[in-house]
Amino acid sequence: MSISSTFHKWGSPRWFYQFSGKLLPWLAGLSLLLLVGGVIWGLAFVPADYKQGNSFRIIYIHVPASAVAMGAYMTMAIAGAIHLIWRMKLAAMVMKAIAPIGASLTFLALLTGAVWGKPTWGTWWVWDARITSVLILFFLYLGIIALHQAFENRDAAAKACAVLAIVGAVNIPIIYWSVEWWYSLHQPASISFTGQSTIHPTMLRPLMATLSGMYLFFTWVLLLFVRVEILDRERNTRWVQDQICGESR
Amino acid sequence: MAMHPQRKQRLLIILFILVVTGLAAGLLGYALKENINLFYPPADIAAGKAPTGKSIRAGGMVQEGSVQRASDSLVTRFVVTDFSATVTVEYEGILPDLFAEGEGVVASGKLGEDGIFYATEVLAKHDETYMPPEVSDALEKSAASRAAQQEKGSL
Repeated sequence: MSISSTFHKWGSPRWFYQFSGKLLPWLAGLSLLLLVGGVIWGLAFVPADYKQGNSFRIIYIHVPASAVAMGAYMTMAIAGAIHLIWRMKLAAMVMKAIAPIGASLTFLALLTGAVWGKPTWGTWWVWDARITSVLILFFLYLGIIALHQAFENRDAAAKACAVLAIVGAVNIPIIYWSVEWWYSLHQPASISFTGQSTIHPTMLRPLMATLSGMYLFFTWVLLLFVRVEILDRERNTRWVQDQICGESR
Repeated sequence: MAMHPQRKQRLLIILFILVVTGLAAGLLGYALKENINLFYPPADIAAGKAPTGKSIRAGGMVQEGSVQRASDSLVTRFVVTDFSATVTVEYEGILPDLFAEGEGVVASGKLGEDGIFYATEVLAKHDETYMPPEVSDALEKSAASRAAQQEKGSL
């Protein structure tokens, strides 16, 4: 199969709807297993930290929420670029669907960060580079949602959102390296892709479980949102009417 | 795969947007470096880069053996170091649980004319290391035995 025919298949909402339908139960099962299992593992079976005691256990939600919030933004910006360059409708739907999910994950990251900050740092909030840039990420997501709703015309909305998403992508490396570039209260990353991670393996394993679980959970919810969008946009087509009637019969 | 010229142009426009916003953000971050940094390290304070009498933050590591607590009040004095310079901090109030000698700290307050930093808030800054207490104990023990062995060797 050539690249271009694969591309066209992926661009077909009907094909995507049917293909994603097969993935849903696997994504749901695996993500909940990893998230619930990883959280129980991290809360009940991992030893407490030598300095922070039990407070550190919120890492099993905080790090996955933060990482996926950033990964979701990059996915949204790439979908925006694909939509702008190839005018692929499915990419616009993906972009629109990611914004509320990403906003929720960013909010969760900020909330768990505040809850973690109080017992360890001694404050809920501080305007350091890491926390402020994540707050900007939250506002970018809200901005995309608001911008989308400000347009009557769907294509104009998608184009404007795509540009905003691409411009805002500059914030992602800033978030990631903020703790290296500037003096901050937030500590640098514990998980290293190139060197030795500074989190003990017994604590790292459940974190890997909740981290991958959160990525799968995001994919699952994203597919659900995109499928609703596909049904809404194609509601007058024959295949959607067959699909809905076929399912309710 | 040859790209349609119109799509190629759109791709170039997007790359251009990315480069320009990246450049703008980079310049902004560099120009506002002083403001984005949460605190001044002791070296900057010693070099006179931090203003006196103005609300600022100082950050670094609490020097081992430097914490002095008043017996009749909540006043604490300690030395913050970045291993090239030090600044003495005075603070009245409750310190966070993770405050300890050899640990990171960020204090907000004012630098007095006498060179002492009068803090109104002290936050603990912990590092990115997480491990079980047994592992930390074992690491300390092995470091201690290594030090003892080195001492033996030097005798």
